[in-house]
Amino acid sequence: MKTPYPRYDVLAKWGSPSFNDATREALAARLAAPPPFRFFTGDDAILLQAVVDRLLPQPDREIPIPVAAWVDDYLFEGRDQGFRDARLPPLHESWRRALSAIDHEAKRRFQAGFSALAPEQQDAVLSAVQAGDVDAEAWGDLDAADFFRDDLLTTAAQHYYAQPAAWSEIGFGGPASPRGYVRMGADERDPWEAPPEERS
Amino acid sequence: MNLEVPRARDGRAPDVFTPGGWVPMAQFGDDEAVDFAIVGTGAGGATLAARLAEAGFSVVALDAGPFWRPLDEFASDELAQQKLYWTDRRLTAGRDPLALGANNSGRGVGGSTVHFAMVSLRFRPEWFKARSRLGYGVDWPLGYDDIRPYYREVEQALKIAGPVRYPWGPLRGPYPYRPHEVNAPGLVLARGAEALGVKWAATPLATVSAPRGRSPPCVNRGFCVYGCATNAKQSALVVWIPRALAAGAEIRDLAMVTRVEIDRSGAARGLHYVREGRRRFQRARNVVVAGYAIETPRLLLNSADARFPDGLSNSSGLVGANLMTHAGRSVWATYAEEVRWYKGPPSLAITEHWNYADAGKPSPGGYAVMSQGPLPMGWAQAVVDGRGLWGMALREEMAKYNHMAGLTPVCETEPRPQNRVELADETDAFGLKIPRVTFSYSEADRALEGHAVGFMRDLLEAAGGRDLWTSNDTSHILGTCRMGADPKTSVVDADGRSWDIPNLWICDGSLFPTSGGVNPSLTIQALACRMADRIGALARQGTLSRERAPA
Repeated sequence: MKTPYPRYDVLAKWGSPSFNDATREALAARLAAPPPFRFFTGDDAILLQAVVDRLLPQPDREIPIPVAAWVDDYLFEGRDQGFRDARLPPLHESWRRALSAIDHEAKRRFQAGFSALAPEQQDAVLSAVQAGDVDAEAWGDLDAADFFRDDLLTTAAQHYYAQPAAWSEIGFGGPASPRGYVRMGADERDPWEAPPEERS
Repeated sequence: MNLEVPRARDGRAPDVFTPGGWVPMAQFGDDEAVDFAIVGTGAGGATLAARLAEAGFSVVALDAGPFWRPLDEFASDELAQQKLYWTDRRLTAGRDPLALGANNSGRGVGGSTVHFAMVSLRFRPEWFKARSRLGYGVDWPLGYDDIRPYYREVEQALKIAGPVRYPWGPLRGPYPYRPHEVNAPGLVLARGAEALGVKWAATPLATVSAPRGRSPPCVNRGFCVYGCATNAKQSALVVWIPRALAAGAEIRDLAMVTRVEIDRSGAARGLHYVREGRRRFQRARNVVVAGYAIETPRLLLNSADARFPDGLSNSSGLVGANLMTHAGRSVWATYAEEVRWYKGPPSLAITEHWNYADAGKPSPGGYAVMSQGPLPMGWAQAVVDGRGLWGMALREEMAKYNHMAGLTPVCETEPRPQNRVELADETDAFGLKIPRVTFSYSEADRALEGHAVGFMRDLLEAAGGRDLWTSNDTSHILGTCRMGADPKTSVVDADGRSWDIPNLWICDGSLFPTSGGVNPSLTIQALACRMADRIGALARQGTLSRERAPA
């Protein structure tokens, strides 16, 4: 993918007045080596990785953002927002069942586990899950489409867009304390924001 | 640093204006019957604590969350700042189950005002008589004239930055501070409103546009709803809490109240709470519950005893009932120019047109519409919800971030008894039953939200937007311990005083009989200020409680 802001790196502001210590501390932890898989392990971790790789593919990055590892860490540490639909099992159980149901759907459609499929086949499985066009029995009281949108995709997308590399990609100003912004109008920018976009 | 160790103790509390600083704090013994023990230190509890302490009452206010120092501890980061939310276990149910735990919650001294969007609007006067004047919901037990002086007081206390002449509602004189410069996404709203021939204004905001005491003017960081790291935001944490401490109130952070105890005469005798792993009991002559619209009814229900088996103050059966939210389906559009909506407070422009226009709406409720400035994580959530995109398509859509603008309504919902907070069978770490929150939109709610979406679409298109789409959200939670004029149809009276237990009070958004089409924080604070004056008056009359109160 071609970013409109190829010359912009939000982390170049690390030592500038746009970053304070609290922000540097939070980001240093996020930029360090990815956390180990502890909620999903073994084949389950490989499955989560394969699913997240299709939700947020990064063929353009030499070092991809470790989204799956952060999703696993979020589940392991219990950093969710604490509420759940009264009709559904607890969050941890939902994730385990959903991942297993996605693998089941892969086998039903392509006679192989999800992580063994070609990318196009994997996308076909995920499209079916998103549309709720699945073997409902494998999902139990989970709704496949709801889980895909509200849990799987939302969690993966949030952990991708929590990363400075993703902020640079979309031209977000990033951290802004103590120095905020001065120029507020359309097509106006401060010198410490992303340069004007380059659209080909 | 272990953040789960209380800071407000040993005669001192954090000074929010000084890195690592402290201010002196009064301390009361658990056995000392204080005049008021307050549960919760948000818009209701902190305001009331300050005003009661300034009136000479002895006050202890407890909060389940930590006492933050924004200058030291607030990162410019969406993910790290999730620490400001109440994420204890809860069940959500109904046809339209509410998402909880984020914007509609708060854990910490200052409550959700620490991360609120600072939008500080008065109710339309007729809403206080919604049933008799507009034909929906119920009437409040007080009128606009009763609360008007307190709106003024809170606007001054927070130095609200807003227009000289606000275009809707009764004249209110200029706001205390000049309005903030309207940013590019706000000017999209302005352009669209002018094309449609409806009025717009710079939003009255609780973040200062010029220096105020030790608060510097807002520098347009744009992280307002993840906590203000400069103290420009006039949250309860930086306005009412310092006032409360200076006036001799004690604040206890990381103190989870588990039960209100009732004595043999049927009066509240104090609060059971847990702090530093120890179960303690604070005696009090009066108890105020100010835990917002889920935790307040939860505590009253969890405090059931032999005399009140259905929970405290619940002779009407309405504790937990009539839960309302604000529907907030947003409309988004792409613009040719770079908008860069991450700069500045998120809602710098507003139109309250449909709060004040009655003809042409499908139902009599109202809604305000405001410009938006979501940051990347929040924006990704909206794109996923509204567009269902994933893979490269998601990344391509997200790359339009700087060309987006959009609008979100604060759209009234009706009070209905089936929407409510109840206790579930599951228990939490304290052994307390967790809340179960049930919500479904009514047909009128849906019709009004549909009207709002149509209006926002017209406005964004009139401003030159293309490729319009919507995403779903809700905001405030209100109404679960409504005030009223009749003990049979309300939980407390117009002063927030329980009909059943004369020294038990409620002071938060659960009081609202109707939700109005505006953000509730200004009204919650105004009600708290009025309540403090009423308590003072009752004390002078000698009718506050059977025990002695200061003259």
